[in-house]
Amino acid sequence: MNARIPAAPSTAQSVWLVAEREIGSRLRSKAFVISTAILFLAALAAVVWGGFAAGSSQGITVAVTSATADAVRDVDGLDVTDADSAAAAIALVEDGTVSAALVPSDEVPDAAAPASGTFDYTIVGNDEVPSGLLPLLSQSPDVHLLDPSSTDFLLRYFVALGFGIVFLLAASTFGGTIAQSVVEEKQTRVVELLISAIPVRALLAGKVIGNTILAMAQIVVLAAIAVVGLTVTGQDLVLTGLGAPLVWFAVFFFFGFVLLASLFAAAGAMVSRQEDIGSTTAPLTMLVMLPYFLVIFFNDNPVVMTVMSYVPFSAPVAMPLRLYLGEALWWEPLVSLLVLIATCVAAILVGARIYSGSLLRMGARVKLTEALSRS
Amino acid sequence: MLRLTGVTKSYGERRVLDDVGFTVADGRLTGFVGGNGAGKTTTMRIALGVLAADAGTVEIDGTRVTPEDRRRFGYMPEERGLYPKMKVGEHIAYLARLHGYGKAEATANAEALLDRLGLGERLGDTVETLSLGNQQRAQIAAALVHDPEVLILDEPFSGLDPMAVEVVAGVLQERAGAGAAVLFSSHQLDVVERLCDDLVIIAGGTIRAAGSRESLRDQHAAPRYEIVTAGDLGWLRDEPGVEVVEFAGGHALFDAEEPATAHRVLARAVAAGDVSRFTPQRPSLAQIFREVIR
Repeated sequence: MNARIPAAPSTAQSVWLVAEREIGSRLRSKAFVISTAILFLAALAAVVWGGFAAGSSQGITVAVTSATADAVRDVDGLDVTDADSAAAAIALVEDGTVSAALVPSDEVPDAAAPASGTFDYTIVGNDEVPSGLLPLLSQSPDVHLLDPSSTDFLLRYFVALGFGIVFLLAASTFGGTIAQSVVEEKQTRVVELLISAIPVRALLAGKVIGNTILAMAQIVVLAAIAVVGLTVTGQDLVLTGLGAPLVWFAVFFFFGFVLLASLFAAAGAMVSRQEDIGSTTAPLTMLVMLPYFLVIFFNDNPVVMTVMSYVPFSAPVAMPLRLYLGEALWWEPLVSLLVLIATCVAAILVGARIYSGSLLRMGARVKLTEALSRS
Repeated sequence: MLRLTGVTKSYGERRVLDDVGFTVADGRLTGFVGGNGAGKTTTMRIALGVLAADAGTVEIDGTRVTPEDRRRFGYMPEERGLYPKMKVGEHIAYLARLHGYGKAEATANAEALLDRLGLGERLGDTVETLSLGNQQRAQIAAALVHDPEVLILDEPFSGLDPMAVEVVAGVLQERAGAGAAVLFSSHQLDVVERLCDDLVIIAGGTIRAAGSRESLRDQHAAPRYEIVTAGDLGWLRDEPGVEVVEFAGGHALFDAEEPATAHRVLARAVAAGDVSRFTPQRPSLAQIFREVIR
């Protein structure tokens, strides 16, 4: 026998060993690899599909009058319809025959006075101007929308949906994974071997950190797919103003994820069998689902969104959205982030306590009060 | 040396351990024997520190065991468990690394140990693909890979075929030979009897007997002798100080309190004719066990 017993690994080393194993075992799981690949492919498909939709400027239908026909005479990619008058051209927009009309500015009802005197016609759209149209025109004319209210709504909706879905997917899949792997260790009693070697907190930290690294890597790849894809397919206009909110999203996501991960680990530790896992993770799953639905339904309600952007569980979705829409003051994300970090620290402490209080209790579900009490 | 003193544990109203105390000496194999529900697993879990006792102490080399000391322990839990989807070689190496071994050394130790336990061919297979017996061997490797000074093994032989029992017994004897204190529980009394140096017998949460195998046998040995001769042993009934237990022609089983009495019987039998057998009857572990747990 080797008489020499090596020194204990430092806490950091133990944590990293556990994290490394978490990452390795996840990367080797077929289910994880396949679902991640599907996620990336779906993101790619969405971007490329958007690219096709925007790139199909071949068929942008524009109505012109005799006064404005010259402006589009030499422009490729437009399907020009001649109208008898400005009113007739606008009527074509309203009934959907064309997606925009180019008319002399002084003939647009209710339109503001043209900004430049040298360029005296205006694009009239129904609720939006076809995204491919403006870049095709050599000079930017004024834009007049007949029904402007719904523009913000769509963009707002899709950005909200994007943040909401990414956070929901990451938090619920990785949260569930963490809870399962905690129960697996408990159920197989591997945990008794592990904690005779390393401190309980190192084990918990390693699990949370390993899964956080994977989740962050996943959203970084998703963001890269979105940015590169949108740029390559010429939709970089969508990205305008999204850069800073994306960075904020990543920061909020990180702390929001650690917060949920600690709670999921604690929830997992409270049961001894995979079958029972739902009983303790259900409330957490609700906490993850709720912000998603709220942001979908209330993304145009500033009061709800403001409240949500300060509640730690929904802040990662709501605050970046408010920033994107320009509704948040500069200090708001900082305050919200502080609230989130404080909650995160509290969750780690409470989670660690529940975790170490429940880890070695087998059999029936551990009651929350028992788990929290120091035996 | 591992020493338990006055260990008491209750689950609710039910007292499962009552003033349990014994020592596991360095360099010796200590067998821990008891019926189902006698308190073996609870005792072992307390010794390891995964379960807290209501009262009593667990000491290693004279000082109370701290969480830090647990790293010097090797443990095989009652319910077997390793990560099902991890490769056997990597799994054992991972456990060694958690105990502070470097990557290369951990891998080398793990592979040598698994090879010694007969799993050399299966290093790259996941744990869940192994048969139960082979999972058992991997579990033993998990307890041994970090060269622990104290080994606490809950039923290390259950589920092993006779060849595997030999291999595992050999490995445990090696570890004890190198100075480790080894405590193992088993229902296979024949294995315990053959293997262990010391014995601890527990029943109903209390220690009924503890000590070296030989001293326990001596303590529980009835002063009984078996004698087989060519001639008739009828005279034995009239011998003073002798109580005949069984008698059939040239074969007899008798108790004699004084060794001198037994010697006198032997001398007389030899004088009377051929003595083909004269043996002091030593109780088997199973007999001692039955006697002390009564």
